[in-house]
Amino acid sequence: MNRAAGQDAVAILARVAVVLTLAFLLLPIAFGLLGTVLPAFGYLPALGGTTFGLEIFRALFATPGLAAAILLSFVTGLVATALSLGLTLVFVAGFAGTPVMARLQHLLSPLLAVPHAAAAFGLTFLIAPSGYLIRLVAPLSGIDRPPDILILNDPLGLSMIAGLVIKETPFLFLVTLAALPQVDLASARRLAASFGYGPIAGFVYLLWPALYRQIRFAVYAVIAYSTAVVDVALILGPNLPGTLATRLVQWMNDPDLSARFLASAGAVLQLTVTLSVLILWRGAERAGGRLLRFCRDGGFRFAHDGALSILSLISVGAIGGTFFAGIGLLALWSVAGLWQFPDLLPQSLTLRSWMSALPRIRDPLLTTLAIGLISTLAAVLLSIGCLERETATGRSGGERSLLLLYLPLIVPQITFVFGLQLLVIGSGSQNRFLALVMVHLVFVLPYVYLSLAEPWRALDRRYETIATALGRTRLMVLLSIRLPMLLRPIMTAAAVGFAVSLGQYLPTLLIGEGRIETITTEAVALASGNNRRVIGVYAMVQTLLPFLAFTFAALLPAFLHRNRRDMGL
Amino acid sequence: MLDDNEAAGLTLEAVDIRLGDRRLIAISHSIAPGEVLTVMGPSGSGKSTLLSFIGGFLDPAFTARGGVCAAGVDLLALPPAERRAGILFQDPLLFPHMSVGANVAFAIPPDIGDRRERRRMAADILADMDLAGFDDRDPATLSGGQKARVALARVLVSRPRVLLLDEPFSKLDMALRVQMRSLVFGRARAARLPVILVTHDDADAEAAGDAVHRIVTDGGGNG
Repeated sequence: MNRAAGQDAVAILARVAVVLTLAFLLLPIAFGLLGTVLPAFGYLPALGGTTFGLEIFRALFATPGLAAAILLSFVTGLVATALSLGLTLVFVAGFAGTPVMARLQHLLSPLLAVPHAAAAFGLTFLIAPSGYLIRLVAPLSGIDRPPDILILNDPLGLSMIAGLVIKETPFLFLVTLAALPQVDLASARRLAASFGYGPIAGFVYLLWPALYRQIRFAVYAVIAYSTAVVDVALILGPNLPGTLATRLVQWMNDPDLSARFLASAGAVLQLTVTLSVLILWRGAERAGGRLLRFCRDGGFRFAHDGALSILSLISVGAIGGTFFAGIGLLALWSVAGLWQFPDLLPQSLTLRSWMSALPRIRDPLLTTLAIGLISTLAAVLLSIGCLERETATGRSGGERSLLLLYLPLIVPQITFVFGLQLLVIGSGSQNRFLALVMVHLVFVLPYVYLSLAEPWRALDRRYETIATALGRTRLMVLLSIRLPMLLRPIMTAAAVGFAVSLGQYLPTLLIGEGRIETITTEAVALASGNNRRVIGVYAMVQTLLPFLAFTFAALLPAFLHRNRRDMGL
Repeated sequence: MLDDNEAAGLTLEAVDIRLGDRRLIAISHSIAPGEVLTVMGPSGSGKSTLLSFIGGFLDPAFTARGGVCAAGVDLLALPPAERRAGILFQDPLLFPHMSVGANVAFAIPPDIGDRRERRRMAADILADMDLAGFDDRDPATLSGGQKARVALARVLVSRPRVLLLDEPFSKLDMALRVQMRSLVFGRARAARLPVILVTHDDADAEAAGDAVHRIVTDGGGNG
């Protein structure tokens, strides 16, 4: 009786977890979009809008510089995605299965964990007119003060594209690597080489179509992110006029509440822009596929395409180098005393910036930790429940459930989080913190689930069969066999989740309405201030937190399983 | 005598397992305590599904009919965790996060609640398998033969109703294989356990000595 109850309890909990997961993922998106679209057409009773109409869109299109903002969002998003994917493709095609790959995998993984804002700040410290690169060449060219050129926030958005590529290339790279075991790399390589195809051409002809099918949702997520990003755009993007998303944030935070109507219409416009890029991209996918078949069927061998892989190796090396140099500069500035242009090193090192910043960092830090830990814990529990349900039913839900998971990453954040903000305000809820945790969960959950799913499925089911045959209930088997055996991937997934929560700028800004401050909102707010020492401190805290999370995630299993050699994998 | 044995043994009554409309196995057989039924068939013939069916782990893709009775208990009426159908696979599958002693203690039935008593029982059976003093060892540090013996100790200490062997000797080297065969069959006989052995190795069947059921794959060219 007791045991049968234990059996049922897990099944029921797992089923509840699936329902909750769907609710936590889809309801915020659905209500958020509704909360955005209704005010765009004039309906927002809380602010006196009770009739539907198109006036707001008319007002929106009358705002000066809108076309430029749209164009900027469109182009930067498209170019950043195309560059990131192109680099990833050529690099993986050139080096998959070689030792170079394994080494770079370790090098690029940290890039993913560090928030976009910190990476973007690192880039500014490197390429600004008074930045390190200019300092390096200053003695050679006799420059004694920062040149008066607009490198950062350049009107074409080039530095913003660079900032996005630095973060999105590692993402696509790691997603592609995760999909790679599902194709037969070694034999395809041998086959292609034996027919005289170049390594990249062979890879693209034989493996890329299948591989791309696996990663395309991730590519769409990059498109959505790059076309609608706010924090990177504030730090690196053009200022006047800015991208569409940065304009929206201004309206969303305008003390004049009637600007919210404009912001809603703008968010609908943003959704349209992102959708247009997605549609254009789908068209490009088809054209690319046709081109690929044309080249393949024509027997073009590109036998000497190896040079291209060298180029991609240099680019990927440059991305890694830029990132780590940027982080190094952040660290150096955070402890720099007097550091004049064009000196390559500060005249002295001091902890003064840290000492003066720490009291102000304390509260945002605690908030960051609380939101990150709670949303991560919820995401881990829900993911375990969903995966347990999958184990029990033997159905993984296939591509449809994958799309559901990617949905919060493909619908631009700004378009539905703003609607959620209006709902939260409209409901008069005082529980901002809880609302914020739930919004973070929308973005944390997909990453945690995707990170945990593979190791979960890879565990040999026979361990559980044996434990069950030895008389243990499903609950006992879960608690004493599966979860301990998966401790390392669970901890890694949790660290990923925490890093995602830590990096959230826009949801924290909008739902917290400036009353809830995290390290990331504080750091991005410093962007306009130009105090490098303070920016260095905040960005270092942003960098150190995920580093600590991943270190803890590695050390805990290592400690608990310290005398268990087979658990060290 | 025979009736008594039958009641205490394992009875398969018109067991019939199919995948779609392809019949994988059809068998009626009684196995007396301490006896072995060897089920032989080429790999891919689905012979392991018989063990999954008895243990309660059959993938829902299969359909199965028939009765399975062990010591007078209708196994199919029980959830898998209550069938006490001990299984040995090709791999020892020691839980890698537990010590050798904890692996064995994990299998001791819950009615022995005293922690010290459980540890003592685990130590005893390990000593009985020539593994005295191995309690605190990491399973990863054991040799292949030692791991196989721990796996056997673990399944025996759980007081199973039946013993299901899924090609448990196929990954061992020759010398070890002979050794483990006699150890497993000897222990099963001593514990008066009815045993089903699934294998494609004639030498296994020979060592088991008792009845052999050969699977003939029906239909076109599956074997």
